[in-house]
Amino acid sequence: MNFPVLSVITFTPMVAALIILMLPAQRKNEARAVALAAATFALILSAWVYFSYDKVSAGYQFIEQYSWLPALGISLHFGVDGISTPLVLLTGVVMFTGVLISWGDFDESKHLSAGIQDRPREFFAFLFLLAGGVFGVFVSLDLFMLFFFYEIAVFPMYLLIAIWGWIQTREYAAMKLTLYLFIGSVVSLVGVLAMYWLQYKNTGVLSFDMLLMEKAGFSHAFQNIWFLPVFLGFAVLGGIWPFHNWSPDGHVAAPTAVSMFHAGVLMKLGAFAALRVGIMLLPDGAKYWSWLIMIFAGVAVVYGAYIAFVQTDMKYMIGFSSVSHMGLVMLGMSTLNRNGIMGASIQMFSHGVMTALFFAVTGMIYDRSHTRQIPELGGMSKVMPFATIGFIIGGLVSMGMPLFSGFVAEFPIFMGVWQSQWFVAVIASISIVITAAYVMLAIRKVFFGPLPEKLEGHMTDVTILDKVAITTLCSFMIVIGMHPSFMVPMIQTGVENVLRLLGGS
Amino acid sequence: MNFISTHLLSTILFFPMLSAVIMMFLPKDENKLFRWFAFAASLVPFVLTLVAWFQFKADQPGFQFQETYVWYEAIGSSLHLGVDGLSLTMVLLTTLLTPLAILASFNVSDRVKPYMMLFLFLETGMLGVFMALDLLIFFVFWEIGLVPMYFLINQWGSANRDYASLKFMIYTMGGSLGLLLAIQMIGVLFGTYDLVAVYQRWNSLEPGSILLGMSIHTVKTIAFWAFVIAFAIKVPLWPFHTWLPDAHTEAPTAGSMILAGVLLKLGAYGFLRLVLPLYPVESKMFAGALALLATAAIVFGAFGSFGQTDFKRLVAYSSVNHMGFVVLGIAAAAYSIGTQDATLALNGAILQMFNHGLSAAGMFFLVGVIYERTHTRNLEEFGGLFPLVPIYGGLLIFTSMASLGLPGLNGFISEFLVVRGAFPILTVYTVISMLGLLFTGAYILKGIKKVLHGPMNEHWAHGEHKLTEINAREVMVMIPLMALILWIGIYPMWILNVINKAVVMLF
Repeated sequence: MNFPVLSVITFTPMVAALIILMLPAQRKNEARAVALAAATFALILSAWVYFSYDKVSAGYQFIEQYSWLPALGISLHFGVDGISTPLVLLTGVVMFTGVLISWGDFDESKHLSAGIQDRPREFFAFLFLLAGGVFGVFVSLDLFMLFFFYEIAVFPMYLLIAIWGWIQTREYAAMKLTLYLFIGSVVSLVGVLAMYWLQYKNTGVLSFDMLLMEKAGFSHAFQNIWFLPVFLGFAVLGGIWPFHNWSPDGHVAAPTAVSMFHAGVLMKLGAFAALRVGIMLLPDGAKYWSWLIMIFAGVAVVYGAYIAFVQTDMKYMIGFSSVSHMGLVMLGMSTLNRNGIMGASIQMFSHGVMTALFFAVTGMIYDRSHTRQIPELGGMSKVMPFATIGFIIGGLVSMGMPLFSGFVAEFPIFMGVWQSQWFVAVIASISIVITAAYVMLAIRKVFFGPLPEKLEGHMTDVTILDKVAITTLCSFMIVIGMHPSFMVPMIQTGVENVLRLLGGS
Repeated sequence: MNFISTHLLSTILFFPMLSAVIMMFLPKDENKLFRWFAFAASLVPFVLTLVAWFQFKADQPGFQFQETYVWYEAIGSSLHLGVDGLSLTMVLLTTLLTPLAILASFNVSDRVKPYMMLFLFLETGMLGVFMALDLLIFFVFWEIGLVPMYFLINQWGSANRDYASLKFMIYTMGGSLGLLLAIQMIGVLFGTYDLVAVYQRWNSLEPGSILLGMSIHTVKTIAFWAFVIAFAIKVPLWPFHTWLPDAHTEAPTAGSMILAGVLLKLGAYGFLRLVLPLYPVESKMFAGALALLATAAIVFGAFGSFGQTDFKRLVAYSSVNHMGFVVLGIAAAAYSIGTQDATLALNGAILQMFNHGLSAAGMFFLVGVIYERTHTRNLEEFGGLFPLVPIYGGLLIFTSMASLGLPGLNGFISEFLVVRGAFPILTVYTVISMLGLLFTGAYILKGIKKVLHGPMNEHWAHGEHKLTEINAREVMVMIPLMALILWIGIYPMWILNVINKAVVMLF
């Protein structure tokens, strides 16, 4: 197959961003239509990659390589394996649904302004720049390119939050988020450069190519020193405790589609890069430090759930629940065994669709009620029954209910933790009950009971586009939950590769 | 038909769920259609269960109608279904009670479609637990059954439903955390969750070996209690029973029927299917503790019931009392597994599970019938209603007598078997429990007296509050229950035959 599908996927959003920017500012619907077309195209291609990935031969597939800066050993080297393929699909799904729910609904007579009504042209252009960066990170096999796309993905977040965000905290949150993530990535970059030079010293090869670096044979001492900066630098974006606190602020301030991207995909970017660069390239360092990562992740799981429990703002609640769930991803990775890493990879996908759904529904409610305070809401099931079912399904995934994707992901994570440190599994399992409590309380308060008087009259049902988005996200959660073989065998091939680098455990 | 005969269990299991999904696409606001659709959909599994019951070969050891499908290969779990005499009895109870519960809720007029769908989902969840021959699948259905029940209580329950539903959910989920962790440990240990394989390997672990830095004995003891607590909450055993009176009282009538009729049996089933075979040594060691808790449940359940002024709460506490006998039988069997007495006690315990399912469902339904007409459950506000509603009164007395354990009705047979089996093994506990039985009589008679006898409360005799007689549909719900109550009471062999052979082969 010679069709360069990965670079087409990566550059589709970027090209679309340019086209959108060239449209006249007042042609809002045209900008939206172009965005939707591009998102659909990217989704179809990523689904095609997902379904035509050959699980039998495994390894990196759809490989493309173009020389970019040969003098420094940088090339545009793309390829996906069993772990990144689901994440590419996830990005396609979140991008598609993000565009759908940003289309919104506008009715001046009802003071209804859902979705993005202010400058959609610029909004979609920045959003797509971000999406292109995300695709780029997931498919890059070249460390320099990985960084390049990583920064491309982070930068538009600043503008998207600062311009279209929640007016009360958007500047603070945008600044905090950007500083945190840039500092994190700079720390990782230092580590990556150290790897680059040591490889040159050892082998005489100047290259950022990760497949070569896997074979560079870094010494134990080197790995032990550099693993932590590299891993934690990326893990900041994965929302690892104690560097998580930019994340809930960012979620709250961001507009709906950006929150979806942020929690659904961007946090996976951090976890994915931490796995790919930290664990896969510095396996001995990972073994040396795994206890520390496990402590951080274990705290994140329980503490995140507890903090989510006490929130009254829906978005803060979901934001902290993301910290808790991403903690499970890190926990799975820190076990360095088959079950743990497999569960972590499934959890990345599962949490991505789940949290995107949560933020989408929260956004639909906020756009109509102008409040996210749980105590001020109520009775939403009467006005938006479809969104209610979606949120309940998301809630069940979040609680790790069997037959939904969350269970399929969390169960192997816990098995992996049992294999490595059993008491951590016991402690972390407390989060399951806390999560069940806050999810159920929130569902009951927001969606059932009487509709507050203040909201009566101007609450409307969600649009048909919103329903398509909700259905798309829910179907993934149910399909994976009922039929794990939809995703698990593919992820297993990727996990085997990680285990090979770890020296087969 | 060939498909059904080779996929009998999976058809029974998934038919309700598929029907619920189909129901989602039925036109809006056709309440009558939803009711009849759900009723018809729940009758199909019942008929198929009867087919299974008659095809079942009681003399054949091991599990029958086995089916295996790929589910979660990566961690060694597959959808492995199968039944023996024990689980088939429970499957029969479930598929019998679900249509009756749906028929009982024909008067629900608020959001009929989701209500009926939740009931069908619930049926699949319960059946899955009874059919699972894979630890993980067992847990999957164990947990998933909570969700429909939570929403049934939370959305269609009475005044204090928010508190009760959350308590039910969190209690049960919290209780099953230990179960979850223990199952994970077993899975990590053996790389498979298949029950048949786990039975063998778990019991053939070297007694002296070290696991997780502890001796295998310590690990097994901890895992034993993790299982026991999860199941004890569900049964519920004193002191883990406090969620039950709230949940039962607040649930809609049909929800209480299923809750008392089937969901409590899941806990007792867990004891029989998992705890006794997996932990024979620990069960024997802690049989005394279990018996103590069971006796406490019997005595305190009876006292608690006697002290209630709320009719539904009275019936709810009676479940604690009756399920105590199930656990007493299990404890006795655990103490002297393999003996004649143990077999008797287990026969009694399993039959008691079935019997309590019939009588508790009937009692909750009758409470619901009168609540719906009077909008009160306060016993003080009734009194002397027999002349007003003679048919209802007759049904109530009949069902109460079954619950009380009157010879000739089903409760007597099973309680007698439990007591007879347990007496030589756990004499002191059995004697105390039998004294508790006196209070069972007391609270049941109190309930009957307060509702039917004594001076008539004139409020219900005339005018707009005039009490109406039980209607034909409601009688239709009671007839199968009462027929079975009487049939088991007079001729228990048809069901004991299946149960006894299963018990002899299992233990």
